[in-house]
Amino acid sequence: MDPLLLARWQFGITTVYHFLLVPITIGLSFIVAGFQTAWFRTGDEKYLRLTRFFGDLFLINFALGVVTGIVQEFQFGMNWSAYSRYVGDIFGAPLAMEGLLAFFLESTFLGLWIFGWGRLSKGLHLATIWITATGTLLSAYFILAANSWMQHPVGYEVNAAAGRAELKDIMAVLLNSTNMVTFPHTIAAAFMTAGAFVTGVALWRLLRRGDEDGPTFRTAARVGAVIVLVSGVAVAVSGDAQARLMTQQQPMKMAAAEALFETSQPASFSLFTIGSLNGSKELFSIRVPGLLSFLATGSFDGKVEGINNIQARYVQEYGPGDYTPNTPITYWTFRLMIGLGALAGIAALWFLWALRKGRLPGRLAVTTAILLPFLPLVANSLGWLFTEIGRQPWIVFGLMTTPLGVTPGSSALVVLFTLVGFTLLYGVLGLIEIGLIARRVRAGLAPPEPPAGSHDEGEPALALGY
Amino acid sequence: MELTTVWFILIAVLWIGYFVLEGFDFGVGILLRILGRDEPERRAILRTIGPVWDGNEVWLLVAGGATFAAFPEWYATLFSGFYLALFAILVALIFRGIAIEYRNKRPDPAWRSRWDWAITGGSFTAALLWGVAFGNIVQGVPIDANKQFTGTFFTLLNPYGILGGLTTLLLFTTHGAVFLALKSEGVIRERANRAAWLIGLPTAVVAVAFLAWTQLIRGDAASAIIAALAAAAFVGGIAANRVRREGWAFLGSAAAIALAVVSLFVALFPDVMPSSTDAAYSLTTTNASSTEYTLTIMTVVAVLFTPLVLLYQGWTYWVFRKRISVPPATPER
Ligand code: HDD
Ligand code: HEM
Ligand code: HEM
Repeated sequence: MDPLLLARWQFGITTVYHFLLVPITIGLSFIVAGFQTAWFRTGDEKYLRLTRFFGDLFLINFALGVVTGIVQEFQFGMNWSAYSRYVGDIFGAPLAMEGLLAFFLESTFLGLWIFGWGRLSKGLHLATIWITATGTLLSAYFILAANSWMQHPVGYEVNAAAGRAELKDIMAVLLNSTNMVTFPHTIAAAFMTAGAFVTGVALWRLLRRGDEDGPTFRTAARVGAVIVLVSGVAVAVSGDAQARLMTQQQPMKMAAAEALFETSQPASFSLFTIGSLNGSKELFSIRVPGLLSFLATGSFDGKVEGINNIQARYVQEYGPGDYTPNTPITYWTFRLMIGLGALAGIAALWFLWALRKGRLPGRLAVTTAILLPFLPLVANSLGWLFTEIGRQPWIVFGLMTTPLGVTPGSSALVVLFTLVGFTLLYGVLGLIEIGLIARRVRAGLAPPEPPAGSHDEGEPALALGY
Repeated sequence: MELTTVWFILIAVLWIGYFVLEGFDFGVGILLRILGRDEPERRAILRTIGPVWDGNEVWLLVAGGATFAAFPEWYATLFSGFYLALFAILVALIFRGIAIEYRNKRPDPAWRSRWDWAITGGSFTAALLWGVAFGNIVQGVPIDANKQFTGTFFTLLNPYGILGGLTTLLLFTTHGAVFLALKSEGVIRERANRAAWLIGLPTAVVAVAFLAWTQLIRGDAASAIIAALAAAAFVGGIAANRVRREGWAFLGSAAAIALAVVSLFVALFPDVMPSSTDAAYSLTTTNASSTEYTLTIMTVVAVLFTPLVLLYQGWTYWVFRKRISVPPATPER
């Protein structure tokens, strides 16, 4: 087997896995901070209990986010050492900044939040969760700046003598136009995911358990649904901006997103297609006229370049080679990302309607509630798969292809071994996490008094402490 | 001073931060099952590191990130070369991190006992392998003209590397015992104090042997003096522990770890990863580094933010400065 292929699978699996946890961490940190702020301002115990309930779920998720992140930090060196040598002068900087500015903040203040109940003053304790949440945003910003540079390299020059790309302008890298749209899109998607998580959990409690805490969970379900809707709009707006920028920066990715082989004006957008496996022939499709033109250019009769055209242009520019990414994958991941997000929005709207004025939704809602968090979660993974696979064959667009980035001479057996190792380990840990979340959800709200916290020794709070 | 030298020093500082801080929570993890005989005791032991262990681990992440930014060639050669060792360390850190966070999420004793093994096993493996890795960096490994590591996992398992592993394992265990004695009350404090003494003596012997061997491999007067100071700090630490001056003891073991790392880095300089194939292929602070521009930016960032990090991490230790005691038996919830 080819070590390159294995290295790619390893990166893909571990990164997608990390990003199943990340959106929930980012969004939920703010939602928990919001509940705690509501308690701080109103003194209403309902909010304290929600803070603790969702705080527990947040912590279960956070732990797995941290340990999978450690793997990410070292993978570039392990499997992609040629890449690291070539771009380290540029790419390393945002990574180091993420650690120094974001990870220290997140981890230190989260420790203070968990163990600070009853030890820090109420206001200071509230500040710790807000600082943690800010840390997750900083972390996202810097790592997305690194990723945006791979999508659209800026602020660098190639030094042929040294055989590497060198940084010329750090501000260009940090303020990369690509990141200016990627960051809002990713963060909005994270809020959508966490909102759906809160709604799903609260509704399930409300409908399935019907416990005496109904009113509290009703509040949570509605808060979550509103977050899904608001961030859903932000996701669409930022996604639209992203599509337009992408058409300029990576036209091939846009063409691949629609499997558009011939340049068209206006270009239609297909909602669904049955065709040949490589996407070059279609047998059946449902199309919206002019929509692709609009997505790509902002006008319903704009011209969109096709794959064949771009391929020919790239051969001239970069030399012989195949510059077309896997079109069936880009086609479907792009559609499903949007489609699942839309479904989540519709479900949230339905729940808000069904919960109005003390009403309860019907039986179907239980199943929908359980499914709801998975819709934006899967949309997130699909978005990344689209972004990364659509960039292929480049590891850094226009600068370095993926096969050139892999560690030279690495042994397929060794990479296979660690690939299987990580996959099995992550699989088991995933099951444990789901089990713990289910268990915590079933246990319901904790009693209303604040956690005993860290009174000198004392029995700490149920799960918030140790 | 050259910026490349500044960054060599800063990388050393990050590793010192990592080994001094996570060193004690590795030690606490290793001793968890020995010093904590029942559930409330183990819980109390874990509470001593609970609020801080994750922040301690970030020192490693920043050391990794900073190496990537300042010495990309070093980052690339080290982590691709020490591939399987690093994989083992990552698995150990994953198990241990998850175990610390998940063990109390269920009251089931079998559940907790399993995670306790993961904490001990993970801490033990990581503490051992970091020493093996550092020993090999100092000793030199086969690196070719393209800065590629040409050995295998077993290249790392040489006597000097293994002695390095034993050194960190024992050092961290003693350091953890000293920390526990400082941070706890009652039976745990008694046992930890005794453990620090019992483990401290063999540790001193092994560590001195390792540092002396290092001097034979690539020593100079400066690193020898620093190594001697490390040994003195360590012995002072154990002596202070013996007379129950736990604060001083902790300072001693922390200084010993810090000085030992300094001594290794001084011995290494100006190489960052010597080649045992041909000295001409060695990675050095100059041929492995980033450009002047990148180093300048990273220096500004480090100068601005490192003090801030030290400030708030220090504050955390202040907030949780009280000794932890085993709570009187209360019904489990
Ligand atoms: C958009 C956001 C985002 C993206 C694209 C990534 N991460 Fe991440 N990462 C986070 C957002 C995040 C976070 C929200 O900050 C996490 C999630 C859970 C957590 O504890 O913090 C985190 C944790 C986390 C940690 C542990 C930090 C700690 O101990 O506190 C590391 C080392 C990384 N990540 C590294 C990476 C690398 C090298 C990535 C690129 C491949 C990556 N992450 C993608
Ligand atoms: C800043 C963050 C990121 C960086 C620096 C990054 C970098 C990379 C690198 C080096 C590769 C290897 C090339 C390849 O395998 O084709 C890759 C591929 C990949 N990445 Fe990313 N990535 C980042 C974020 C993500 C995230 C968050 C996800 C999804 C959750 C993701 C999903 C993937 C996938 C699925 C592949 C495999 C694509 C393929 O093999 O065709 N990436 N990325
Ligand atoms: C109207 C709906 C949407 C549009 C127009 C849209 C557009 C886009 C585009 C064009 C990209 C690729 C950017 C690039 O490669 O440069 C992208 C990526 C992505 N999308 Fe969407 N998207 C939509 C909905 C969603 C939803 C509902 C989610 C998840 C909840 C989501 C999550 C993501 C993620 C995580 C990425 C990868 C990170 C990034 O490049 O921003 N998107 N989206």
